[in-house]
Amino acid sequence: MTLERTTRLIGLYLFLGFIACIFVLPILFMVMSSFKPDLQLLSDSASLRAFLPVGDIGVDNYRDAFSRAPVGLFIFNSVFITATTLVLSLFLASIAAFSFVFIEWRGKTVVLAIIIATYILPFETVAVPLLLLVNNLPWLTTEGVTWGWLNSYQVQIVPWIIRALEIFLFVQYFRDLPRDLVESARVEGASWFQVYRRVVMPLSGPVIATVAILKFLEMYNNQFIWPIMVVQEEGLRPIMVGLLYFFQLNTAWGEIMAYLTIITVPVLAFYLVLQRAFIASIASTGVKG
Amino acid sequence: MASRLTQQNRAGWLMAGPAFLLIAAFLIIPFFMAIGFSFTNQRLVSPNPTEWVGTANYERLFGIAVLTLEAERDDDGTVRTKDGKPVFPSLRTYTRNKDGYPEFYRKREWFSFGRGDDRRTFVLATDVVFLKAVRNTLFFVVVVAPLQAAAALGLALLINRRIRGINIFRTIYFMPVVISMVVVSMLWRFIYDGQNGLLNTMLDLLTFGWFEPVDWLGQTSTALPSIMAMSIWQSVGFHMIIWLSGLQTIPESLYEAARIEGASRWQTFRHVTWPGLRNTAILVMIIITMQAFTLYPQVAVMTGGGPLDSTQSIVFQMVERGYGRQDISGGSTISVFLFLFVLSISLLQRWLTREK
Repeated sequence: MTLERTTRLIGLYLFLGFIACIFVLPILFMVMSSFKPDLQLLSDSASLRAFLPVGDIGVDNYRDAFSRAPVGLFIFNSVFITATTLVLSLFLASIAAFSFVFIEWRGKTVVLAIIIATYILPFETVAVPLLLLVNNLPWLTTEGVTWGWLNSYQVQIVPWIIRALEIFLFVQYFRDLPRDLVESARVEGASWFQVYRRVVMPLSGPVIATVAILKFLEMYNNQFIWPIMVVQEEGLRPIMVGLLYFFQLNTAWGEIMAYLTIITVPVLAFYLVLQRAFIASIASTGVKG
Repeated sequence: MASRLTQQNRAGWLMAGPAFLLIAAFLIIPFFMAIGFSFTNQRLVSPNPTEWVGTANYERLFGIAVLTLEAERDDDGTVRTKDGKPVFPSLRTYTRNKDGYPEFYRKREWFSFGRGDDRRTFVLATDVVFLKAVRNTLFFVVVVAPLQAAAALGLALLINRRIRGINIFRTIYFMPVVISMVVVSMLWRFIYDGQNGLLNTMLDLLTFGWFEPVDWLGQTSTALPSIMAMSIWQSVGFHMIIWLSGLQTIPESLYEAARIEGASRWQTFRHVTWPGLRNTAILVMIIITMQAFTLYPQVAVMTGGGPLDSTQSIVFQMVERGYGRQDISGGSTISVFLFLFVLSISLLQRWLTREK
């Protein structure tokens, strides 16, 4: 009986491990290859050496990748765009949700319904007219008003600040908070903003983490189609678009793998440290019916 | 009392206003612009004023005509052949004759099928590439949605148990989800490479040299299926998590009852697990379908729509026109078409999960 159970358990672990290999090996291959010269990379891929740090290991690929493209600048752009959008999104989505849940104001049911309805509008369906729209928008600079947002940071930030899902997640979370807390703070004379800032937000750690992770993934990982359309100036491009530099080099796979590793390792590190929060936040996008 | 209400109104609008304005400006207004532009000849930049063109953009996208031709015959009445195949009159005589055959004018062959030895039906279309993109996208959706949902359910059932170290496996299966599809596509370009690709060499290793290397992305029969397999690899973990949260809502007491009744594993799954997952199943299918309809980075990074348009997708064509050719009206028309698809899926979900 116990022997049978032990063999079945071992079989189960072997199967789990086999499936794990399917997910891990390509990623492992990417990281290992980034340290190998091209010739060795190609010959190693014919054996299990592909997944091992063996042979002529070095950081030459990284050096070459940095000299081929302004990689540091791309990283800065992505981090800047992601961080700015993230902060603005958390603030504007949470304060809007606060007013929907705790304040009675005329028109709020309609406004909330319109916002929730935009949930079924994928960005792809508005990308083309938005291209024309942003090309005709004004922007205030130190030299006065300029027209047209193409080739700028704001064109990569402002349209992405708010999505219905973020407001919806905050609204759902706020609805479960005890209303008495808000009422009593009001009775004591706190302004609405003070209630938001001092009472509600300090209790909202979990939903802030969820929205922050989703926004981070959206901005860092998935900014591709839009920057390709609106940013031709290389100095303003995010890292995913920077990959275009390595497109023509079908032979310099080592450099490509180095670039992919630079892009991916920070996200993977975040994920491995905060995996519970990552998984919880992605599961929450599926809660909505 | 009245002053308190106006004060509440002001606070409410002040707090919700910025978010609402941003959504209106960057989602709602462009959406209506797309509908408007789809009836014009709007371009990104043009010296000529924009004109109203009615439904011409839609007619161009969906213009289809069917033409059945008889094979050419020699004077004695036998079918003329070339390389063993019957010879048909040139399609150009129909598609370049505006006065004689206006319904075929400027159309190109999409596909054709034979009817007996000497007749063949040609389906002609104004915009063959777009129709191929629609067909590929639908094919992608129809294959990926059930396969990915099933694989994700399998993984969820596999890791939904309390044994030591199971969290490690959950973490690993989910890992590709946090990697950008752009990165994954670039990485898999090497894996799928026809000469030194990892997939070819690994298959060669596993079959002790029996496997013939395949140029996975270079031939029409394998390019789209390769993209499908990679897409499933990247996002199956996402749906595994959604299944898993569905599985955990099924009360333990039901499983206990099944055990007491002596139900087999399959019976337990069939009569306890599956009925409890109905709404999760609909949700998973809808999410996958929505994601699959917006297929883009894989195509842009891996194939550029080729070989021979076999991996064209709706969104790829939309970008190609709206941005590539600066044809805002053409791209907008495709956007409206895509939206109608997404809307119908969403309505279907409402209907399936309605309260009975």
